[in-house]
Amino acid sequence: MRAINLKLLRDLWHTKGQALAIVMIIASGVALCVTQLAALETLRHARASFYTGQRFAQVFANCVRAPAHTVQDIRSIPGVDVVEARVTLEVMLDMPQLREPATGRLVSIPDGQRPALNDLDLRKGRLPEPGASGEVVVIEMFAKANGYQLGDTVDAVINGRRKSLRMVGFALSPEFVYSIPAGELMPDDRRYAVMWMNQTELAAAYDMVGAYNDVTLTLLPGASEREVIARLDDILRPYGGLGAYARKDQVSDWFLNNEFAQLETFGVFIPLIFIGVAAFLLHVVLSRVIATQRDQVAALKAFGYSNLQVGLHFAQLVGVIILLGGIVGTLLGWWLGGLLVGIYGDYYHFPTLVFRMPPWVPVSAVAITAIAGYAGTFGAVRRAAALPPAEAMRPEAPPTYRATIVERIGLQRWLAQPTRMILRNLERKPFKSALTVVGLALAVSILVMGTAFMDVFLHVIDVQSNVMHREHLTVTLSYPRSRAALHELESIPGVVYAEPTRAVPATLRFRHRHRRVAIQGIPADARLSRVLNTELEPIPMPPQGILLSRVLGDALEIRAGDELTVEVLEGARPVRQIGVVALVDDFMGVTAYMDLTALNQLMQEGDVISGANLLTDGKDERAINDELRKRPMVGAVASKAAIIGNLRKVIEENLMVSLSFNIGFAVIIAFGVIYNAARVSLSERARELASLRVLGLTRGEISYILLGELAILTIAAVPLGFLLGDIVVGVMLTTLNSEVMRFPKVISDTTYALAASAVIVSATISGLLVRRRLDTLDLVEVLKSRE
Amino acid sequence: MEEEQIYVLADDTRAVVFETRGVTKVYHMGEVDVHALRGVDLQLYQGEFVVLLGPSGSGKSTLLNILGGLDTPSSGEVHYRDHDLSAASERELTEYRRHHVGFIFQFYNLIPSLTARENVALVTEISQDPMTPEDALAMVDLADRMDHFPSQLSGGQQQRVAVARAVAKRPEVLLCDEPTGALDITTGIKVLEALERVNRELGTTTAVITHNAAIAAMANRVIHIADGRIARIDTNADRKQPGELEW
Ligand SMILES: Nc1ncnc2c1ncn2[C@@H]1O[C@H](COP(=O)(O)OP(=O)(O)O)[C@@H](O)[C@H]1O
Ligand SMILES: [Mg+2]
Repeated sequence: MRAINLKLLRDLWHTKGQALAIVMIIASGVALCVTQLAALETLRHARASFYTGQRFAQVFANCVRAPAHTVQDIRSIPGVDVVEARVTLEVMLDMPQLREPATGRLVSIPDGQRPALNDLDLRKGRLPEPGASGEVVVIEMFAKANGYQLGDTVDAVINGRRKSLRMVGFALSPEFVYSIPAGELMPDDRRYAVMWMNQTELAAAYDMVGAYNDVTLTLLPGASEREVIARLDDILRPYGGLGAYARKDQVSDWFLNNEFAQLETFGVFIPLIFIGVAAFLLHVVLSRVIATQRDQVAALKAFGYSNLQVGLHFAQLVGVIILLGGIVGTLLGWWLGGLLVGIYGDYYHFPTLVFRMPPWVPVSAVAITAIAGYAGTFGAVRRAAALPPAEAMRPEAPPTYRATIVERIGLQRWLAQPTRMILRNLERKPFKSALTVVGLALAVSILVMGTAFMDVFLHVIDVQSNVMHREHLTVTLSYPRSRAALHELESIPGVVYAEPTRAVPATLRFRHRHRRVAIQGIPADARLSRVLNTELEPIPMPPQGILLSRVLGDALEIRAGDELTVEVLEGARPVRQIGVVALVDDFMGVTAYMDLTALNQLMQEGDVISGANLLTDGKDERAINDELRKRPMVGAVASKAAIIGNLRKVIEENLMVSLSFNIGFAVIIAFGVIYNAARVSLSERARELASLRVLGLTRGEISYILLGELAILTIAAVPLGFLLGDIVVGVMLTTLNSEVMRFPKVISDTTYALAASAVIVSATISGLLVRRRLDTLDLVEVLKSRE
Repeated sequence: MEEEQIYVLADDTRAVVFETRGVTKVYHMGEVDVHALRGVDLQLYQGEFVVLLGPSGSGKSTLLNILGGLDTPSSGEVHYRDHDLSAASERELTEYRRHHVGFIFQFYNLIPSLTARENVALVTEISQDPMTPEDALAMVDLADRMDHFPSQLSGGQQQRVAVARAVAKRPEVLLCDEPTGALDITTGIKVLEALERVNRELGTTTAVITHNAAIAAMANRVIHIADGRIARIDTNADRKQPGELEW
């Protein structure tokens, strides 16, 4: 090996502690990035091949009841390829083993055959036999979550009649990668079953013979989705069409898109912080290495090494560190990515989830690190390359010190000599001190960010369940009824109070934009389910006008005071101009809210409700469920306890893995920054400190001079870190906000305290490590060497 | 006696290696200008051993650095054989240093992370017709210390490694800035012996800076520098061996 490269390796070995710290930080950033992006690639690929393999539809529509002959009209819409008309139905399930109510969705398939679109991936068993009674294929995750075997039965209430359904097959479907109960926002595998049944049997049970209420279709290449949707709406309008929509608005796909966007944020945003810190540390360490090697640079140049060769030499030092970090990070990311995909396998229901690591993922992660690393060290490398050799030969001029501000304003009487040294040293290098403070503050901020997410989730859950939704059970009626139904519900033993709800499907239009939503009617005197402002106070429902989720307002580009067109998709299908009263910062979903009376007036249906929120005595929810299930008017029951429990589970599965990575890696950053700062200080001041020892100062006293400086920097970094953390959390939450969920910025005192203590502990440990070196400082050696 | 004669013979036909005319060097230090050199006219001849003598701050290092292509004059001309160093680009100066000059510094400037052998290899690897590092180290009597790191060598040994490193590429000129400045008498003499031997055996033109007048006795010529100018040039009719120097 060439001598210059030997020098490179030995220099690297000499600064191994610091180099290792940087390698670890780079590896962390690269690993995080690679893990998340590779997992995301894996999921995207799995989704794409699942969709193609199972011929997932591109346009979807529901209606009340359309005659079968209209399918021919739909087929002849220009651009339409394959059309599949079906009967679908939400049913209550009777699952005695569950405390909470369960619901199901029955979907028809051609008798004994696989559907032309949205094909089933049959995992086990078979399709229902043509002509057999009560045979269904159920979605695999429901069977797994409840431990069902082939041949087991589950009771459903179809059209008021109880029917026992025998599970003859378990399947996955591109339509239900996420299966989300109607009206809820999170998948719940245990309490929600998608079931496929022969067309003839389902149509007969639901009075749909010769008709359909659900249609899906694919498009020919080059067809206009928008055109097809408009034509489809025209055809279905007379039959109670609920508005056709494209794949991206299909619940399961929409949910996947939201999830993928979040993964991408985590995969890119957080690693950028790591890479920034690594670049900063590379700058600090390389500047120091070059400063101590001035005379070596001079010698190299005197013997004919060119500026370019000298520059390259130091650039290689940086390169080796980046490359090592990149390799370790990629391997770590490979391993973690595999683990993560294993976890995702339980959560994303694709038939095959084979971990994929496309080369561009690690290559771009390392490339970005290299760009940042070289941006951070470019100045130092260039200075070394340009250092005139004659000048490099001369020792650096002694640094100029002066009395500090503290002393100049007359406090010097109070300061002992060592303290003055600390202060003067800090003030002499304000830029360097500031950089160290910023590096430490970044570590604090990452820790704040890591734990703040917990705060945010707990807050959301708390607000959702204790302030916004104070009901225990939510009942959806099979069809809208008069308010008298409330009394019947209230008469059930254990129900304390019933509050009416009304949900109406509608398309909201503003200028050229539109969205399909459910308008929620809220009673003016609502006590249970309420709309809150940012101070968590209930917003009184205005007698006129409509309130929108802020995300919905943003999607429609509408503001309070504007008027939008409401096209109701139910009943008499009225179309009205309604003024937007306010945009509401709700946490979940996309909703429009109206006063219940105003909504009923709009519907011209009198005093009608479509559901109720129930407050119970909290004793026996199970008994109430059983009572509710007996009543034909009850379409579905949701239990808040179950929803909240499920929400927790989803959040934990989904985010906690990434978050725990982040927290672990943040500690690495904190440690790396402080350890580097301490080592650089030591190298810069070893001679000075050794001289002090010779003059008779104790080890404790010189440790105080060196470590006191670090302590001051650490303490200064804490509040700055809080501030940065606040900003970072804000930015992260904004990028994480989706139509599924919005996150308010909530950071608890515990989070701040934890972040500060973690950094202070890391600082203390690095301090002790350096202190050990100070204790073994070889006085003679240090003083002999020329600096 | 024999070398004496060779020298005298060479004297008649001696080729000029360095020629400077009106060389000045001014450093601008804020408001004040430091005149390090105030017009130096000088010729150095092939194969000679010269000593530059003068008080600290008189401009010796500045002159040597300019001759070695480490620095450029503020005005005046510097020629090395047919190269015009005063007009040379950064790149040409690097080439010049790489192929023609060997440097020795007061503080050795060895690379602490490389062994003696590797320090020499650092230079031989980029030269055209070098000795092996082993031969170079043998010349300075360090064959048995080749795999020691600088921190494991005494000051005199380190400086001899530096001599080996400077001569390994068989440079035409050897420029030494206070090579014994950090050494005691006995170790200093060992280093000077190494320099003398190189000058004698390889015919390398050698310039040695010192503020120690005793060393002047081993030179062919002694150039006295004071206040940025050449004050006087003495020619030694009778060169002493390093061992005979009276410190
Ligand atoms: N890079 C420089 N910047 C400013 N002044 C310099 C520089 N190099 C040398 N000098 C000044 O030039 C003068 C000559 O220096 P130098 O050649 O090093 O002297 P010598 O080697 O004879 O002791 C001194 O006054 C010195 O301070
Ligand atoms: Mg000098």
